[in-house]
Amino acid sequence: MTIKATNICCSRGPRQVLQDVCFSLTSGDCLILRGPNGVGKSTLLRVLAGLSQQSSGTLELDHEEIAYSGHLDAVKFQLTIAENLSFWAGVYGTDTTAQVIAHFGLNDLADRYAANLSAGQKRRLGLARMTLSNRKIWLMDEPTTSLDAEHTGLIAQSISDHCFAGGIAVLSTHLDLDIPSAKTLDLLQFIPTKDTNTSIFLQGSF
Amino acid sequence: MLALFTRDLKLAFRSGGGFGLALAFFLIVVMFVPFGVGSDLTLLARIAPGILWIGALLACLLSLDRIFQLDHEDGTLDVLATSPLPLSGITAAKATAHWVTTGLPLTLAAIPLGYLLNLPEPAYIWLFASLAIGTPALSFIGAFGAAVTVGIKRGGLLLSLLVLPLYIPTLIFGAVSVTKSVDGLNPLPSLILLAGLTLFSVVLMPFASALALKANLN
Repeated sequence: MTIKATNICCSRGPRQVLQDVCFSLTSGDCLILRGPNGVGKSTLLRVLAGLSQQSSGTLELDHEEIAYSGHLDAVKFQLTIAENLSFWAGVYGTDTTAQVIAHFGLNDLADRYAANLSAGQKRRLGLARMTLSNRKIWLMDEPTTSLDAEHTGLIAQSISDHCFAGGIAVLSTHLDLDIPSAKTLDLLQFIPTKDTNTSIFLQGSF
Repeated sequence: MLALFTRDLKLAFRSGGGFGLALAFFLIVVMFVPFGVGSDLTLLARIAPGILWIGALLACLLSLDRIFQLDHEDGTLDVLATSPLPLSGITAAKATAHWVTTGLPLTLAAIPLGYLLNLPEPAYIWLFASLAIGTPALSFIGAFGAAVTVGIKRGGLLLSLLVLPLYIPTLIFGAVSVTKSVDGLNPLPSLILLAGLTLFSVVLMPFASALALKANLN
């Protein structure tokens, strides 16, 4: 299980945000993306997830092994916590809903509608999906937003366990997480040097 | 895909799911027609097939933007796109769920509403058959329109403009098959063409919608 990114350039709209991003990860690695707001952390994660296309460069990773969690929690308010998770279990074809609910301390809330959860509880529910998916590569965009210290620790622990079990995690965060195997990648070094015009009309796409 | 289908059904029946919306609209449109055109029974009988079909079509249009918009807004669509389900399977499951929650109730409601419009007796079976066969096409074509406009906030106007022309063939063959049965002609040819349209949409639209979604998620 590896991820290999070679000279990836990403654009957001017509503007190029990252140039020549290179890294390679193998089983057990955890990569933390750092950089100020707007540097392109989310854009890079979306490219890794296959949701966006890189404008150039090559990316080698197994898309069948990806579990992605974005800014939004992908939680349905009209469903209970248990229903939300069993839906994702059905999508990913796994059946560990009960264990995951217990592991993330959601037992007491299992029959509550997601509309009545706090922001942090919703975030935990969104992250419980990652464990539930039973996939090897975790891509997480700011997983620690709106979590308290205790649950930030729980997330860091889940990520460490995941990497220890041979998985790979790529995440963006502004906090210092206690993950032993973590490497840090500062995206500031990949800011484009010259202002390249990536307008689709000039590239001949039309 | 079954998980997605059952979840969409569940959401439609929960609060704010919009299950009753299409049905209530259909009811209102059809019940208002006799007030608008007067109580001339022969006239009502003549326009009944067209009114029922147009009513069902517009009612269906009303709920289209919910197919993908809600999942897009809360991030579910991004996660689904990276899940093991193929995008075409996702759109097929969602369009089918849309049909079960709008097309099917509309088909069933059309029978009593036909009575309100003095629809002649031999036409009921053809009304039921044409709606049952035709409404899946409305849901699948509509899902394509919804996929194209998914990134646009309140894209309802664009969605309608995009989808209505694509609905015209379905409307023509559906309404004509009922009209022919009223006139004592053979409605089967139009019904078969309608079935062809539906099969065409059900087979091709999920793939077209998948391409549109992929472009919009970018």
